[in-house]
Amino acid sequence: MDISMDKGTVSKALKNGAIWGFIVLELIFFSIAGEFMAITDQAFMDIDNMLLLLKQSAPIGIIAMGMTIVMVNGNIDLSVGATFAIAAIVLLDSMTWPIFAGLGDWVIPVSCLLALASGVFFGAINGLIVWKTGVDAFIVTLGSMLGFRGIVFMFNGENPTSHLNWTLVDFAEAEFLGLATASWVLLLVTLAIWFLMARTVHGRNAYAIGNNREAAVNAGIRVGPHMMINFMIIGFLAALSAVVFYAESGSVNPNDGMLYELWVITAVVLGGTKITGGAGNVIGTFGGVLAIQLLRKGLGHIGADTSTVNLVIGLILIAVLFLDRQLNVKGKEELKV
Amino acid sequence: MTGKTPVLRLENIVKTFPGVRALDGVSLSILPGEVHALMGENGAGKSTLMKVLGGIHQPNEGQIIVAEEPTVMSGPLDAKAKGIVFIHQELSLAEELSVAENIYLGELPRKSFGRVDWTTLAEKTNAILKKLNVGFDAGTRVGDLSIANQQMVEIARALTVDAKAVIFDEPTASLTDAEKVVLFEVIADLQSQGVGIAYISHRMEEIFKITDRISVLRDGQYQGTLNTAETNEEGVTQMMIGRKLDLSRNVSHHELGDVALEVRGLSCGDLYSDVSFEVRRGEVVGFYGLVGAGRTEIAETLFGLRDPSAGTILIDGQEVKIHSPYDAIERGISLVPEDRKGQGLVLGMNCRDNMTLPQVDDLKAGPFVSDGAEIAIFDQYRDKLDIRTPGWKQTVGNLSGGNQQKIVIGKWLSMHPNVLIVDEPTRGIDVGSKAEIHNLLRDLAAQGYAVIVISSEMPEVLHVADRIVAMYSGRVMRTFTSEEVTEENLIAAISGLGGDQAA
Repeated sequence: MDISMDKGTVSKALKNGAIWGFIVLELIFFSIAGEFMAITDQAFMDIDNMLLLLKQSAPIGIIAMGMTIVMVNGNIDLSVGATFAIAAIVLLDSMTWPIFAGLGDWVIPVSCLLALASGVFFGAINGLIVWKTGVDAFIVTLGSMLGFRGIVFMFNGENPTSHLNWTLVDFAEAEFLGLATASWVLLLVTLAIWFLMARTVHGRNAYAIGNNREAAVNAGIRVGPHMMINFMIIGFLAALSAVVFYAESGSVNPNDGMLYELWVITAVVLGGTKITGGAGNVIGTFGGVLAIQLLRKGLGHIGADTSTVNLVIGLILIAVLFLDRQLNVKGKEELKV
Repeated sequence: MTGKTPVLRLENIVKTFPGVRALDGVSLSILPGEVHALMGENGAGKSTLMKVLGGIHQPNEGQIIVAEEPTVMSGPLDAKAKGIVFIHQELSLAEELSVAENIYLGELPRKSFGRVDWTTLAEKTNAILKKLNVGFDAGTRVGDLSIANQQMVEIARALTVDAKAVIFDEPTASLTDAEKVVLFEVIADLQSQGVGIAYISHRMEEIFKITDRISVLRDGQYQGTLNTAETNEEGVTQMMIGRKLDLSRNVSHHELGDVALEVRGLSCGDLYSDVSFEVRRGEVVGFYGLVGAGRTEIAETLFGLRDPSAGTILIDGQEVKIHSPYDAIERGISLVPEDRKGQGLVLGMNCRDNMTLPQVDDLKAGPFVSDGAEIAIFDQYRDKLDIRTPGWKQTVGNLSGGNQQKIVIGKWLSMHPNVLIVDEPTRGIDVGSKAEIHNLLRDLAAQGYAVIVISSEMPEVLHVADRIVAMYSGRVMRTFTSEEVTEENLIAAISGLGGDQAA
């Protein structure tokens, strides 16, 4: 093909590969730095440590898969953290409802389903508003972020909602082939969303809409329903993330899940999804999620505190976006702004 | 041509908007296998007519008849289903997706569980691409294709249905000459299959090269249909504007001043190289060449949008370094860009604010912007350039192309530039206002400004320029004075055939 094709391919390969290169870099850095600065004797790249890392990536990672399809679709969802908290409350509180008292341990699947349904419901509200009003998703979900969080506080004030069900805890802490339940859920969700985005008509239409909405409309694609489905998917995944996490912890504070939306978006963007939509994939997002978790864990490993971690991640995010822009601009023409 | 059943016929179409009769009794018929040009100035009603045809607007009166069946179009999809397909000037593609996905956008073949049937998709797409004889395949990412090939994707999309009529809206606007040839072959091919082609374009050469008949609209009224073989450019132009257009040569009769701008050996990567020329006060220097010859890129370099890789720029004999538009404006270089709406104006802002945009910092009274000083500047240049607007509060986006262009020119003149560079001064401006802009450029030279005009239209450069720099593939082939230049030697130079300084 022509020359521009080659350039495009190179920059694309760099983009797709960059996050994995970054992960390797992090591993090397923390392994070496850990030798000198670590507060424990444990090696950073210890297999148990890495498996734990995967498990800890799950809450953000599961939501990030949904955010990938929403952002590829040309939207964004800032309300996921609040949806996460609502679903957690539904999960824990419903297990104590008197009407379910006779169910015994069968209350677990019922409560899980209720929690997931609440996620889908709140996602559907976002999707419906974006579809029917035409208001930008950023604004709509900024509103619902505040609104949903308000619901969380209305439920139990400043107090935590707690309920420990030991059967559920056992399930959450179970391991299969060496991986924890949360890790399995993350991997399965990644696979499912990958299949949805790469292989189905719905997924391909989501790309088309994010890429060139007018072209999609003119081609007879019903933009609204596709967007609504994607908001329902991310709502579902936010709730699923809550189910996985609170099955183990058993107690939710009204502030839980705050800033999750920002971590999720950071992971998705680091993974190469275009903030304007139309391009990106969950494999990159998976890389983004791991990269962030590695950074948090690695900096902790060498003794940095949380504020340093946030500062570093913030700087890296900007650096990555700058690099991405440079690569793209160079690929075409170097025109000043 | 008579005797055939028209594939598409419009009968007495009337479309009114509040206060405007956009289409006033337009009748038109497109026969199978003909290329039918639709011409008219901007605002003559061509685009409204297209929207009526595409079902975006419903006509107030009249009928659309497809293959002798009166039809109501409910939208672009409905029109497509009825065999009327549009190839729009602005391409409507999803760049990140593959060619196949774009062609079957909204109609992807499915398997179970909503999966895309990639095999069928590739087969169907490649069959169509084969017909078009293009050099890319179904899996290519659309963003990696050239504009011309992207247009082929649009055309391929049209071929997924059994098209009866294909309507091309300014299809060659961003194509190179070689690409045009390919497009015309595709059109000829469609023609031979009995498809009726409606062809909207401002470019006379093309119209006379490929069309069979020409219909003309003026102010929403149908002016008539001519057989292309029996008319000429002058005839069509007269019909479009209702009078004759003066396109005689212009030469400066006044004394030329000093050299305002001199460029020596300027190069910019592989965009252009070793470009040298000078512009004197009081003269208009025209840059002529094909799309991609490097003309606009030179202008962008002079205006600081691109850094040159070699060469020097001298203003009034002083060497200057220009790294940004800010630098360029400081040195008195102004650029009226090619893409007026995208690069030249803030469309949502009013006339006055647009005009004073680059110097608003100098118009302060204390810490605040001085309203009075701004209005004074606007009034002065409104009168000087004869800008027709109800007042300075008018939003620029609501003005006609010609008046918008005058606002951009006024914006720079009010800063008294050394050099005024005008890229495609009359693109998208109707024929009547063109003459006004041309006269304005001549007047500016007479007042002592150094003016550079970049144009893709030969009559335009011949008409306004004292000297013409002919470019081919990033190089200056020859500089003509207005005495030397003829259409023949100019074409030879920009095609890389002749010229003194050929590399």
